[in-house]
Amino acid sequence: MSPASPLAAPITTLMWVTLALGLLVFLVVVGAIFLFIRRHLHRGAQGEPPQVFGNAPDELWWMGAAVVVLAVIFTLSVRVAAQSSPSTEGQTPELTVTARQWFWQASYPGGAVSANEIHIPAGRRVLIALESGDVIHDFWAYRLGRKLDVIPGQHNRLWIEASTPGVYQGACAEYCGTQHAWMRFVVVAQTPADYRNWLARTARPAEESAQSGAGARLFTRLGCPVCHAVGASSAQKVGPDLTHFGSRRLIAGGVLSNTPQHLRRWLTDPDRVKPGTRMPQYPLTNAELTELTTYLEALK
Amino acid sequence: MSAVTRTAAPPSALWKVLASTDHKSIGLTYLGVGALFFLLGGVEALFMRTQLAVPNNTFLLPQTYNAVFTLHGTTMIFLAVMPMLFGFSNYLLPLQIGAREVAFPRLNAFSLWITVFGGLLMYLSAFVGLPNAGWFSYAPLSERPFSMSLGQDFWAVSLLLVGVGSSLTALNLLVTTLRYRAPGMALRQLPLFTWMVFVNSVIILFAIPALNAALLMLEVDRALHGLFFSGAGTVGGGSAVLWQHYFWLFGHPEVYIMILPAWGIISEVIPTFSRKPIFGYDFVAGSTVAIAFLSFAVYAHHMFAVGLGWPVNLAFSASTMIIAIPTGIKVFNWVATLWKGSIRLTVPMMYAIAFLVQFTLGGVSGVSFAALPLDWETTDSYYVVAHFHYVLMGGTLFALLSGLHFYFPKMVGRMMSDTLGKVSFWFTVLGFNGVFLVQHALGFMGMPRRVYTYPDLPGWGALNLISSLSAGVLALGLTLTLWNIVRSWRHGQIAGDNPWRAWTLEWWASSPPAEHNFTALPPIRSRRPLWDLYHPDDADYNRPRRHDKENGAIRPEESDHA
Repeated sequence: MSPASPLAAPITTLMWVTLALGLLVFLVVVGAIFLFIRRHLHRGAQGEPPQVFGNAPDELWWMGAAVVVLAVIFTLSVRVAAQSSPSTEGQTPELTVTARQWFWQASYPGGAVSANEIHIPAGRRVLIALESGDVIHDFWAYRLGRKLDVIPGQHNRLWIEASTPGVYQGACAEYCGTQHAWMRFVVVAQTPADYRNWLARTARPAEESAQSGAGARLFTRLGCPVCHAVGASSAQKVGPDLTHFGSRRLIAGGVLSNTPQHLRRWLTDPDRVKPGTRMPQYPLTNAELTELTTYLEALK
Repeated sequence: MSAVTRTAAPPSALWKVLASTDHKSIGLTYLGVGALFFLLGGVEALFMRTQLAVPNNTFLLPQTYNAVFTLHGTTMIFLAVMPMLFGFSNYLLPLQIGAREVAFPRLNAFSLWITVFGGLLMYLSAFVGLPNAGWFSYAPLSERPFSMSLGQDFWAVSLLLVGVGSSLTALNLLVTTLRYRAPGMALRQLPLFTWMVFVNSVIILFAIPALNAALLMLEVDRALHGLFFSGAGTVGGGSAVLWQHYFWLFGHPEVYIMILPAWGIISEVIPTFSRKPIFGYDFVAGSTVAIAFLSFAVYAHHMFAVGLGWPVNLAFSASTMIIAIPTGIKVFNWVATLWKGSIRLTVPMMYAIAFLVQFTLGGVSGVSFAALPLDWETTDSYYVVAHFHYVLMGGTLFALLSGLHFYFPKMVGRMMSDTLGKVSFWFTVLGFNGVFLVQHALGFMGMPRRVYTYPDLPGWGALNLISSLSAGVLALGLTLTLWNIVRSWRHGQIAGDNPWRAWTLEWWASSPPAEHNFTALPPIRSRRPLWDLYHPDDADYNRPRRHDKENGAIRPEESDHA
């Protein structure tokens, strides 16, 4: 209800209008109920009150009023629908967001990839292609626009827009299994210049220094790359891409903020942090945990 | 040959219940079974509210929470509300039309027990892993790769059994209404409860097959590697959205299946305690038929976030707006029935008034789901949770509680305690509104439904805590009602045949009615045979049908009645 987007703002306005009209109807009905109860409460009179069977003109007036109110709401809603969900016909999506149990991954032009953090340029509309890798999910960045289901086999397209740079909450809104609750994301809206820089930086692999340490070797030896891409690999894997993990705000769909302590907790026992997660637990020594944490946090 | 006299031992009370084909016994069993499942669903709700009381809570594991909300939804809809409504329908419909029995008593017993068996099967899944794909079990989440447990199959088969029971009951009630009305009772003279149940039976007969078909297809997919709903996007694969079309083609009429008999109860209670006939009988009855038809034409408003395309979205948005009109007519007529009445605020009447207020709020918030852009914002959020609980709990459950207090004297022969009834009413009303009013706001703030926990965002924790604490108040209110039932069953005041001085035939029978219901019936010449009997000078059939407000008084006490 606090829109940060010209796509969401008309929806909020319509919501207030509808709520006001609805409240009016509600107050008329409830007012009548309590007025009649006050006025016609039994106060000891003998016998029965006049038997009134109905009044057709009254019914028609009421019906007519309902038709008018609903017609107003319908007309407004069609207009707002067109404003907040413009046609996507013939448009090429700028980025693709893929939903999987239970994370979001976004791929951008130029090869940049991010997970659970979707970057857009502020101040203009961005068309997103929504793809599902398994079940039905729903993309909902509630201050930036409508929600839209993400359905396997169906290529949905969604416009979102943020008026000003900032970090906006988002969540999966369609129940999608065990960790539906922690399939959250943030939309990071940046100034166009920042966005361009971010795209360029993210399209490159992380700094060379990070790639060669003991942590990197451990990452490979443990088999992590089977599920997680780091760097060049563009193939969609079952786990989120980690190329620039170190610069992200959140771990594991929003369960934890991204700090070395949290990452350590996550790697020690993922199922404890996010029960039901697909991420397996590895028996890691303290030293190994440190190496792996250092490596991942250096992937900036 | 020696004469052996053997008298069989009289059947035990339990055996009588199990073997009975009497519509009253079956009705009471439905009510009892429904109440038991309601208790179970209620405890599940308390578990959920406990888990959600504070952010990042770890009281329940996500798997457990998901199973609990799946069972809560399925139980409340199929095993609590529907059986309780069938309980009232079975008990009252033959009495209201002056019949001795339903058309097919044995079929009636079969329907009851197959429903009970279906309910047991649902909970037997505890031994193989509870279902956890939600009450509408969207494919492909409900398909084998994502729901490996047999519990999902138990869920499907259980609903198939319950669906068979419901369909046969509907058929039974339909035939009973058409063929077994007392001499003189035209279809247009049916008491409104019977009328609503009659129309409702038609909806059931047409809606349940869509669910059954979908469940069978799901089982073909799960057990026989079919591809109705899975493999979307691959060659030869099915469609993930297909399930939703079938499910909601059943699912939206189902919403009306759960409210029509409740409307029927309200349409009996409000006139009785306003001491007036229902205002605009024809409009109440006619709008019910309109709803029966329209209920099949609005289902895709559950799918506005799917991305169905403009023409489909607009058509269903318009039809959903239209169905608000016949619903609005009913509210108008109930309120108008209060006008110029002589209102008695008994416990059933208090529940009916609370129904009116809460149902209107639920109806008003429902318009948000007809308006496309508002649906895009509010669907699948806590706003929708608040909305449908206002309609189904604030509406249907309150109507059921109204019906319980209203008909208990008829069914048991004793009155329920008035004081206890009023105390539990206030706990229930305050608790209910405390739980669900704040959830509208949570939805606006972006909280999705069906999450086992949530981050500590501003305001979320406080509102959820209010909701959870209120759940305790609500539970207390309902427990007091249960206590009232138990106590009044043995110790309540003797009721007499017509304690509320109501006007339809069920109040002509003794309390509780004899096995054959009636020995003789009064003449039936209008919708209110007992009014005619008590007021021969002012019988309904003699009155000009008053559609004008200005008509003069017939009885002297009418003028200035207070």
